[in-house]
Formats: sequence, C-alpha cells, structure tokens
Amino acid sequence: MNTSLSWIKAYVPDLDVTAQEYTDAMTLSGTKVETYEEYDADLENIVVGQIKEIERHPDADKLVVCQVDIGTETIQIVTGAPNVEVGQKVPVVLVGGRVAGGHDGKLTPGGIKIKAGKLRGVPSYGMMCSIEELGQTREMYPEAPEYGIYIFPDDTTVGADAIGLLGLHDANIEYEITSNRVDCYSVVGIAREAAATFNLRFVPPVIAESGKIGNCADEIKVSIEDPDLCSRYIGRVVKNIRLAPSPLWLQRRLAVNGIRPINNIVDITNYVMEEYGQPMHAYDMDTIAGREIIVRRAKDGEHFVTLDGQDHVVDSSALMICDGEKAVGLAGIMGGENSMITDDVKTILFEAATFNGPNIRKTAKKVGLRTEASGKFEKGLEPERAMAAINRACQLIEELDAGDVVCGAVDVYPVKREAVKVPFEPEKINALLGTDLTVEEQKEYLARVELIPDENNIITVPSFRQDVYRTCDVAEEVARFYGYDKIPTTLPTGEATTGKLSFENRVEAEIRNAAEYCGFSQAYCYSFESPKVFDKLMIPENSGYRKAIEIKNPLGEDFSIMRTLPLNGMLTSLGTNYARRNKDVRLYEMGNIYIPESLPLTELPDERMQVTLGAYGNLDFFDMKGVVEEILRRIGLTKKCDYDSSYKQPYFHPGRQADITYGHTVIGYIGEVHPLVASAYGINDRAYIAVLDMPEIYGYASFDHKYEGIAKYPSTSRDISLVVPRDIMVKEIEKAIDKKAGQYLESYELFDLYEGDRIKEGYKSVAYSITFRASDRTLTDDDVNEAINRVLKELSRSGIELRQ
Amino acid sequence: MKDKLRLIKETALAQIQASDMPDKLKDVRVKFLGKKGELTSVLKSMKEVAPEDRPKVGQWVNEAREAIESALDARKKEIDAAVLEARLKAEAIDVSLPAKKLSIGHRHPNTIALEELERVFVGLGYEVIEGPEIELDEYNFTKLNIPADHPAKDEQDTFYINDEILLRTQTSPVQARVMEKGKLPICMISPGRVFRSDEVDATHSPSFHQIEGLVIDKNISFADLKGTLEVFAKEMFGEDTKTKFRPHHFPFTEPSAEMDVSCFKCGGKGCRFCKGSGWIEILGCGMVHPHVLEMCGIDANEYTGFAFGVGLERIALLKYEIDDMRLLYENDIRFLKQF
Repeated sequence: MNTSLSWIKAYVPDLDVTAQEYTDAMTLSGTKVETYEEYDADLENIVVGQIKEIERHPDADKLVVCQVDIGTETIQIVTGAPNVEVGQKVPVVLVGGRVAGGHDGKLTPGGIKIKAGKLRGVPSYGMMCSIEELGQTREMYPEAPEYGIYIFPDDTTVGADAIGLLGLHDANIEYEITSNRVDCYSVVGIAREAAATFNLRFVPPVIAESGKIGNCADEIKVSIEDPDLCSRYIGRVVKNIRLAPSPLWLQRRLAVNGIRPINNIVDITNYVMEEYGQPMHAYDMDTIAGREIIVRRAKDGEHFVTLDGQDHVVDSSALMICDGEKAVGLAGIMGGENSMITDDVKTILFEAATFNGPNIRKTAKKVGLRTEASGKFEKGLEPERAMAAINRACQLIEELDAGDVVCGAVDVYPVKREAVKVPFEPEKINALLGTDLTVEEQKEYLARVELIPDENNIITVPSFRQDVYRTCDVAEEVARFYGYDKIPTTLPTGEATTGKLSFENRVEAEIRNAAEYCGFSQAYCYSFESPKVFDKLMIPENSGYRKAIEIKNPLGEDFSIMRTLPLNGMLTSLGTNYARRNKDVRLYEMGNIYIPESLPLTELPDERMQVTLGAYGNLDFFDMKGVVEEILRRIGLTKKCDYDSSYKQPYFHPGRQADITYGHTVIGYIGEVHPLVASAYGINDRAYIAVLDMPEIYGYASFDHKYEGIAKYPSTSRDISLVVPRDIMVKEIEKAIDKKAGQYLESYELFDLYEGDRIKEGYKSVAYSITFRASDRTLTDDDVNEAINRVLKELSRSGIELRQ
Repeated sequence: MKDKLRLIKETALAQIQASDMPDKLKDVRVKFLGKKGELTSVLKSMKEVAPEDRPKVGQWVNEAREAIESALDARKKEIDAAVLEARLKAEAIDVSLPAKKLSIGHRHPNTIALEELERVFVGLGYEVIEGPEIELDEYNFTKLNIPADHPAKDEQDTFYINDEILLRTQTSPVQARVMEKGKLPICMISPGRVFRSDEVDATHSPSFHQIEGLVIDKNISFADLKGTLEVFAKEMFGEDTKTKFRPHHFPFTEPSAEMDVSCFKCGGKGCRFCKGSGWIEILGCGMVHPHVLEMCGIDANEYTGFAFGVGLERIALLKYEIDDMRLLYENDIRFLKQF
C-alpha cells in the first residue's frame, strides 16, 4: 500500500511534518512505513518563467536565445527545446538550482546542479525544464508535450514555485500493512491512523447526497443467488456520460499515488478505490440484458472473456456477475469484455459490492488473474464500506460534471452485519500491558480511533475495524497510542523455573565437540531431496528406503521427498568440496531422517536424528572407525562396539563396510563409499561415511564417570604373534582374549598385521601385546603364563596357532 | 708423604681447571678419586704408614680429597652452566616460522548462533524443548488462531504432505503442544528447522531455522516481554544494544510487536547492514492470544503469557556478515573454516 503524503494531509489538515518525521511516528504506532520517495528531493530553485523574446543563436541552427521573465528579473537562457514560443509560461531552474535528471528521463542520484555557462559562445543563466528533467513522466503528466519544455496554463503566476505547482512538494509513502488492518488499505484508513498517531483532527471527506434525475430502482434490478459469496451488492446508475480528462487536481492526486490518469470515469473509480479501499466496477448499461444483475456461482466449465481480452474457463467455485442472459463480470476480479465502457458510452452502472475474501483469492489464483481489485477484496472488506464508496463516486461524478447521477441506489444486503461489542476493562488492560494508566488516559487513546465506551463501559466497534473483538485487541490500541516505547521493562516475577537442555540435546552437543575435536566441520543439509537419489546411491527398487514421504506441492522434483537416509546431503557436500579442489575434507551433519509408519501418511512419521560423518582425503576406514569410537566414548558408550560386515549396504564398498553394534543394538553403520556412488557425486577419491542412529544411542549415553583409582602395582605385558587363517577376523582373537585372559587382563593392542611370503598361503600373521595387572599385588610370571595359555588354547580351536 | 699428597692435589686441581667438558671432568674424578685413583691408592698404602702417623696422614688425605672434591663440584657447576648456555644458544629458533595447524573441525555458524541464544535463555530459566518437523495442520495453524482460509495456509507458502499433515512453517506449533500438556507455568524455547515454499536465492531458503520462546504464568505482562527481550538483545549483541518495539500483527499474539535492535555493526549511526536506518529487525513477539490459550485448555482469565520467534539464519547472517544464505547449506570447507 502506498499513499502520497499530501493526500493524508488533506484529511489531517493540521499535520505539518516531514516525510521522515511521518515515517518514524507512523512506524512506531503500527503503520509501518517501508520506504518513502520525496519527489522534490533533487529539485531546487525552480520557478515559473515567461518567455518574452526568442532570437536565433548566431552560431547554432538548433539553438535559440530566450529572454525569460522570472518575476524578479529577466534572464537570458539558451535552449535547444523545439517547442518554445513567446508568451509561454515554463518551469525555469535558476543558476545554483538542481533538476532530477536529463530530458531523456534518466535520473541522476542527487540531481544535476545548474551553472551559468555559455552555449556556443552565448551566455545562458538557467534552464527551462521538461517534465522528465523534473523527474516525472508523461504517463503521470499527460498534458506535458512529448518533446520539449513543460508548459503551464496561461493563468499561472510568473515567479511562482514551479515545483509546488506541479504538486511535487510531496512524498510517496510505502507502507507495510498487516493483514488484520483491512481498513488501512485505503487513504482514509491511513489518514485516520495518522490523525491518531499525531493526536490531530481527522477530517474525512464529507459525502453529500447525489442524484438529480429519475430513480435507480426503475433502471436496474439486482438479486444475489449466493449470499455466502456476496454479502452486499449496490448498484447506481449514471446517465449522459461525458467522458473527458479529469481536472488537474485529481490527476495529480492519482499521479503522486502512482496511478496513471486516463479519463474522468476511470479516474473516479481509481480515486475511490484508493480513498476508501473499495474496488468498484462500471458497466456499460446498454450492454446489460434485461436491466438486471444476478450474482451467482459460475457453471462448471463456463467460458468468460475478461475486458483484457483473455478467455477464462471457470468452475462453480467462482462467483459471476450476470445480466438477464450472460455473465458480464468475474466478481471482484475483472469485468467482462462484453460490458466494458467504451468511448461512446452513454449510461453506466456503478457496482460496489462485498465479496467473500478467501473465495476471491482462490478464484483469482485459479484463473491466474490477480488484479488491484481482487487484491483488495481478498483481504475481506466490510459491507458498510461499499455504500460510502459508491456515494463518494457519484458525488465526484457530479463535481466533475462527468454525467447525470440517477437518484437512489439499488442495495441488496440480505443479512446485515452486527456490530461487535467489547467490554472496556481498564484494569485488565493495565495488567496485560504492565502499565498504570488511568481510565481517562485509556479512553483518550481509544477515542482517537473511534473506540468509545458507552455509559455501561461497552465499546461498539466501528465497522471498519474488523480486528477488534476482545480486550486484548483494545489493549493493543491503548498500547499503540500510549507508545510501546513507554511501556516499562520488567522481568517475570512468578514461580522460578529451571533452565535446561534436554538430555538428548546435551548428548548432541557433546557429539559436536567430539566430531570437531577429530577434525570434522559441521555441515547443514536439506531435509528434502530428489527421488533420483536412490538410483544415485544404487539402492534396489524394492528397498524400504524408497518408501519416502512425498511433498504434495514441492519446489520441484529435486526437493520432493523427505529423506529416509542422510547420505545424499553429505555426499553432495563432499562432491561440492571435491569439485572446488578442497583437500582433505571432513564434515559431519546432525539432522533428521523421516521414516513413515505407512504410506500414504496417516500419522506423523518417525523423525530420527542421524549423526553423519563424511570424509575424503588423508584418512582411511580405520581413521573413520577411530572417530566413531571417540565420539561414542565421549558420550559414555565406553564398552566395545561390534562391527558386523555381513549386511551389505549397496552404496558402500562390498568389502569395506560394517554395521556398528553396541550391546545388542545396531547403532549405526560405517563404510567406504562404493566407487560408483562416489563417482556419481563427482568424488574421484576414496570417501568414507559413518552414520550414527541417535534414537538407538540416547539410551546408552551417559555423562556419569567413576574414578577407578590409579594402579599401585606394576603391569606385565606379553606379546604374542599368531598365525591366523586369512578369513578369520581379528575380532575373533579379541573375543578369545576377552573370554579367557581372566581377571587380571588390563588391555590388549594389535601391534602387527602381516600377510605375505613369510607366512604360509591362506594365513596372516597377527601380533598382540596383552597387558595384565592386579590391583593388590605384583603379578608373577606364572599368573601371566597361565592366562596366555588359556587364550592360546581357545584360539587353537579356531585354527589359530602361535607363530614359531 | 705430605709432598706426594700435595703433588697429587696440585696435579688434580690443575687437571680439573683444564677440563672443559663434563666427560673430561668425570675422567679426572676417576683418575684421582676412583677405586684405582691416585688418592685412593695412597689410602690403600696406609698400612705401610707407621701406626702413630696414620691419623696425621689420614687427615692429609682427607684434606686433599676435600679440596679435590670441592674443586670438582665447583668446576662441574661451571661446565654445566657453560654447556647449558651453549645448548640454549644453539637451540634458538626463528619464532616467526609458521605455526603448526591443528586439524580441529569447525562449528557451523547457525549452531554457534543457536548455542549463544540457548545460553542466554537457559540462564534465564528457559527449558529447551523440541517438536516434530513434519507437523499436523492443527498445531501449525488451527491452534495458533490461523483459520482455514488464511493466506498463510496457501500452497505457495506451505509444503503439504496431505490435507492434515505438512512441513511446519514455524516453530510456534511447539507452543501449542507444550501448552496442551497443561503443566504450568511454562518457560521454554524451542529451536528447530522450519520450511517455506521459497526458491533458493541469496536471501531465501526453503528450509531454515527458528527459535520460539514461550512464557505462560499468572500476571505475565507486555512489560515482562519487553524486559526479557531487552536482556536477550544485550546478551546477544552487546551491552550497549538498544531495542525498539513496533506494533505488528500475528494471529497467535495480541498485542503483537516486532523488535528492532540498534545496529550492532555501526552502533546505530547507519551503515549498509542496517540500510542506513541504524536499526535491525530481529524478531516478532507478542502476548499469547487468549483464544490460543483457550484452545490449548488454559484459563485465559487466570493465565497470560508472551511468545517470540527469532530467525536463526537471520541472526547468523547479520552477526557474521555473511552476504549469501546459500553459503549456509553448501558446506564448502573454506566457508566453514572461518568459524
């Protein structure tokens, strides 16, 4: 929404502020000003001058030398303008003044300063201006000549302020109006706010009775078949239409509001739409069959040609304005080509109606036609406004002598809207705001916006305020005009509450610390992705992963399903880094995957937090495994994980992957990315991924630590070197150690792994250092030997022997 | 005998003085005081000395030993000091050589901003509670006083799964979920991911993050809301930060406001971050609408409350001067390393 400042001042006559002061105050009272443009910002020292003499330039064919009377003196100006004539009154920028731009319409920020100079040797002391040089266009100033200097009417005073005469001591103010303040999508509405904000008189237009001939009821009949979509329809008739340009004052008022003047009838409807926020439509009465209007739903598949020549197919959800035979308007959006007014229109039917906002919005969207009118209607206008608007329009018709208004109106308003009544509760208002305002103070603020309690302390809310229903709404009005900035600042004083993170959040925070400690940086990935990622990840057609939740109205296929596994985001990020030649990239991400109970979705899905580690470059599978174990250790999963390679994930290297099991729970998976998958993401390097499924982990996580004492007695270590059948995993050896090494086992460590010539075919050599310690004595050789022998005996059952 | 001892002593002292390395000094010690050392051999030959002379000779030997030992010790100190000095001198390094890089990972700016914010509110007694990202229309809209035909529910703004289920457009539904549980008072924040149907560009993302705040108790006022958010602004953006509350409209609060903070880049003088205004819009807030309380089963005559919602990315972008929102989701390591 935008208005000119001058139009607001017209209804708040005592308002004497700059655009900036207006902006600041209005924003603080709730009518937020987004921005404003001062038309005269780059105009300075421009007066009306009269051309007294014109002589040819001695040395230039295209230039003339003018003597111009500027009231105080006569100055010489050399010009190349083609349209100058003696006697003309024109805008003249004096030496030292500024204009906004060139005659080609190109604006110069800060304006162009005019200096005294010589043109081809002849001195010149100023410049006569075209409308473009004044920063305006012929669209808004249609009376301006196409090329050349702007010419004022003959009765203009020489020496007067030319900027003021063009209405340019003004600013265009752009507001952000919130959706609840339907009344503020109009000049009158904003003016009322301005008056309340500055605590000045509000003087809205006085609508006088109009109509001199006949009786409207004899001219037109109106019926509403669908009152749910049209609560009120008012028609008025104007005969003997005299189309002409609007007077300059009206043209100016539209122009500074950014609306192009066309002719008196169009200008009046536009003017009233700006002023009251009520869109109106004018039909050529001679095209209305049967002199009747029927407001009804469209038939499914009905065709309708709007006045812009577009053919639309509508359905029964759309509301049509029809005459006795045919549709003549798409209600609230655009009139029909078949009934539009043309240059030879004689009689018009003015329509001011109240349509159902959401319905207009839906229809406008369906037919793909959002107009100024539909934009206003969709906010939900109140029926009272229609009558004011149509009477205002007829009044202007008479003022402009644009036709003969027929007396009376046809007003179909089946169910009259009841006024909202709200009790005035000053104590509750103070309690809600935290203020200590007197009843009188509160009443004074409320009176500014016409909320006036009666003797029973009941406020009857004016119809234009559709947002006031309850005491909290009244409290907001008090707060707005008292000033949000004056409301004190306190802290809640009630029962003390404990600030805390959930246990899950604490676990996640510790994982972030651990991952970063291990060199991994945090990534953020999208929750939605393309269904094509399943192919990219080589996930089989029948896989459960493919049962993903689909978005009904996605931004495109690439964002159309909710991810069921977190790999795509990570691999995409690694791929981006790889493509940008970033070396040794290590990332982690924490985000949900979305697992539906069933599809189509009938209940909310299982949202599972996943910690995903991804890396390429200077690391291998076992580095990744180390990171996983460090992370788990930090969140209290201190027992040993099991790595089960029997389940094969298609996106991993078949021989380099494992499920991670803790206790008896699978808590995640780890692997080297399958080379085909890596290359599908543009990564031509070994890449590693590990995923931790947090819902399975929270239950094991713990921040409890127990001090176990520092050993008093020395430890004893033994190294054993084993010959192991190649396909036995070292975890079997570790299981045997765990099982048989006995109570003094402290730790063990694999320190050598060898496969090759020096070992027999089909075997590998594995060496462990095993450490024993007792808490109460120094162990003897016998203690240790016994333990080692038990381990070796257990190992021999799997064909594992001590290396000789 | 006396002469012999004197000779030994003088030779030893001369050799001690001539020693310039710890090893040489050790050799001298062995040569004179060792098991086969010269002084030791004098002691060993004591049995040849007449018994009556033995005490005297013994005394001479001890005197010689003490002299040699103290000379040895003194010289050792000198040599050690010289050796240390030489070593330290040789070990001097060029301290301007580059530092060794630690390969510690970096936290995402979103998370840094979120942790900062959580720190402030947890300190003020707020509990952090999360809610589902795929949410029921009922919680995302209906219970927040956003009726069926409200423009916000348009498909152009909201991602729908079906008529009842959608991707939450705000973290506010967590308000309704917590209120419904009926445990009062409530003092919570709820951070999380939200979704809106916006194409990806420098200032928009279809997925971003919000933090919702909610306080419900007896006698909560708009003044409490102002005071709380003022504390937040000072903690988050600096002690000198000023706040400005402007009336606004949200369906689930009344009165509603938007809060601006004085620009933390220029201090309010006007710069490119605040587009010359000196103020930066930070959050929306207001008093919880009584109808919302009623729909969640809370007696609106007895309880009041306030709510606020902050855009996490907005804070991260402003605080860290990030000029393109896409950077937050690309995960380029060169970007992440700057945090």
